[in-house]
Amino acid sequence: MGIVEAILLTVITAATPLVIAALGELVTERSGVLNLGVEGMMIMGAACAFVATQLTGSPYIGILAGILSGALFSLLFGFLTLTLVANQVATGLALTILGLGVSGMIGEAYVGQSGEKLPQIVFPLLSDIPWLGPLLFKQDMIFYLSIALVIGVNWFLFKTRKGLMLRSVGDSHSSAHALGINVIRTRYLAVMFGGACAGLAGAQLSLVYTPQWVENMSAGRGWIALALVVFASWRPWRVVVGGYLFGAVSISQLHAQAFGIGIPSQFLSALPYLATVAVLIIISHNRRTTLINTPASLGKSFVPDR
Amino acid sequence: MAGEQETVDGSLLAVDKLTKVFGTFAACDHIDLAIRTGEIHALLGENGAGKSTLVKMLFGVLAPTSGRILWQGQPVRIASPNAARKLGIGMVFQHFSLFEALTVAENIALSMDPGVSLAKISDEAASLSRSYGLPLDPKAHVADLSVGERQRIEIVRALLQNPQLIILDEPTSVLTPQEADRLFETLAKLKSEGRSVLYISHRLEEVQRICDRATVLRHGKVTGACDPRQETPASLARMMVGSDVAHVSAEGTGVRGDVLLEARNLSAAARTPFAVSLKHVCLKVRGGEVLAIAGVAGNGQSELFDALSGEYPVADASAIQLRQKPVGTLGINARRLIGSGFVPEERHGHAAVSALPLSDNLVLARSESDRKAFIGGGRLGIIRQDAVKRATKRICEVMDVRKSGEDPAAGSLSGGNLQKFIVGRELDRQPSVLVVNQPTWGVDAGAASRIRQALVDLAKSGSAVLVISQDLDEIFEVATEIAVINEGRLSDAYPAKELSREKIGLLMGGMHVGKQAESLDAH
Repeated sequence: MGIVEAILLTVITAATPLVIAALGELVTERSGVLNLGVEGMMIMGAACAFVATQLTGSPYIGILAGILSGALFSLLFGFLTLTLVANQVATGLALTILGLGVSGMIGEAYVGQSGEKLPQIVFPLLSDIPWLGPLLFKQDMIFYLSIALVIGVNWFLFKTRKGLMLRSVGDSHSSAHALGINVIRTRYLAVMFGGACAGLAGAQLSLVYTPQWVENMSAGRGWIALALVVFASWRPWRVVVGGYLFGAVSISQLHAQAFGIGIPSQFLSALPYLATVAVLIIISHNRRTTLINTPASLGKSFVPDR
Repeated sequence: MAGEQETVDGSLLAVDKLTKVFGTFAACDHIDLAIRTGEIHALLGENGAGKSTLVKMLFGVLAPTSGRILWQGQPVRIASPNAARKLGIGMVFQHFSLFEALTVAENIALSMDPGVSLAKISDEAASLSRSYGLPLDPKAHVADLSVGERQRIEIVRALLQNPQLIILDEPTSVLTPQEADRLFETLAKLKSEGRSVLYISHRLEEVQRICDRATVLRHGKVTGACDPRQETPASLARMMVGSDVAHVSAEGTGVRGDVLLEARNLSAAARTPFAVSLKHVCLKVRGGEVLAIAGVAGNGQSELFDALSGEYPVADASAIQLRQKPVGTLGINARRLIGSGFVPEERHGHAAVSALPLSDNLVLARSESDRKAFIGGGRLGIIRQDAVKRATKRICEVMDVRKSGEDPAAGSLSGGNLQKFIVGRELDRQPSVLVVNQPTWGVDAGAASRIRQALVDLAKSGSAVLVISQDLDEIFEVATEIAVINEGRLSDAYPAKELSREKIGLLMGGMHVGKQAESLDAH
């Protein structure tokens, strides 16, 4: 395997959790709910996935544990904001702080243990394709899941009636309510999907990216996922572009630092953020498409009157 | 009334002593109404008369406090809009329940039965809208459509469900005379198919033309049930208002002063792909004149208003002249300081902040242009509450704004009263140039006549008034000059007395009759 392929592989590994978490948040926000707790749900997923893997010896049970913990954690957010109509921004921030704390507690006994890496699933024949084969068909399960999620979310949102209903709830919850759509239930489901995705992204961190548990190991990736959703103007494919671009630039700046290029390292570390923001601003500069894709009810609580 | 009793049994929908009480206020008080199979039934009444409350109960949005609804002779409880649709009741709302970010087809799909594919709905909607003369592009996003086009979606959406009874709330207020004619043909067709129509309107001429029977509401009670063809507009108006509606008198306008508002070759690119670009618009309004701009919704009216008011300044300063000063590049407040006033189309969210009281809305609009009167404390910019309250009270008295409480939230006023306030807010300054977009859209007859008279009076006092309107009755009541806007181009202005409705209709008609009009003119 050449050096370029090795770099590309690490890019994919770095981008996958961002894409998964951002897709989940995209669905949540399309329903009109702003959940700022992505970071918290992600780190919960990472901790639970690692602990479950260590306890059972099966990383697949670890993945399940990650997904479940993210979904359960988001259910707490849903209960507070949708049923008790708490402020979404404040609740989301609290969720992140709570997640960082609780995950540290769960993982405390496992710090320093070396974990089991999620095995690769190799597609025979396809993986022998030069260049592309090892990149796309010799990967772990979470990578394949991320691709399925992108296609699935895009199809669901824009091609199915349920997806249309979800978007309508995010656009005008009172009109949706008048049409007989159950706004609160739709939002609960969207919030839990977002939580499950964040949990899966966390599982990728502790099972694939660095198979171990370190406190705070999500390292702000949840916030990047949140920003990706906005800059991608709520379009799934743009999330993929943004996520992979961010992954690519952050990996290449690491290599650039290793080669000792004469650019201050602080600037190189900032580069992924700058590049991603610049590119996403360029692709979302069309104000009209941005306007149409922005959920108009985002962050607004719904209380049915009657 | 004995004959009325007999028909209750044979009617499609009958309402028996229906009452809705909000707190201690009876919005609908023992209403009796019977709609026969295959008739067009008019529901007349001013804003606040209880029409909307009644209709919401019929469509399952509100639950009645007491009384019965009978559908085909059977008592029914209509618990939700879905239940109403299942019975066979379709509704076209006045305040649209549309999703702005979705396409026309998606909006329609949401209210259809599940299982129908989006592509099929698109095709059906397109063909239905064409056959009823309400052209719609199923792929267009609602956000890009004008008020008039949005209403078409509501009408087509209701028609697609094949209802037995279709309720239309002010459907023609945004259509051209020709389009309204086509809608009337549609309604006649529906009637001949044995369907019934409940037609809510303020336009008495229309009601007389197409409706078989009429029920008139005032203050939540039925004040009359009649055959509108046997009545005169004046007698119908009296039933509605309880007294004679003041006739708008345009006497004394037309004394021509200097040109106070002028557009010279005003062009502006479309800001969104579905918006209209302004193409070489030229207009002149002199002091003492009311120039009315007629046109179908979505032909550049809002864009013209935005350019004239400075909401979106244009690149060329000299393209717009206010009192002979080039102002094209200036913003709204700079233009207001030169002595002009602007009233935009949407009352809520554009002309007024619904959640704020009237006095705050007054300060928001006039904090720059009347800084001396309303703002004190030098750089601190402290609001002089007393002066603001006095001015609010003065405006409400002059314009006869009826409100609950001293200084209620703008959103709590009925449409007509809020419109009177936001027009009055500008008139209070005695601007020498006033630009108004759709001054009486969705406003009841009494308030509309008050607003129109105020516009005429302003012109009489020597100001230049520009009214953008889709309502031809209104245009003929107030205008001294009339021009027509079509696809961002403005026709020449003609003296109001020399123009017929047919000529305006041809100018308004757009592509299909537009060419005809040109060739008529050429010969």
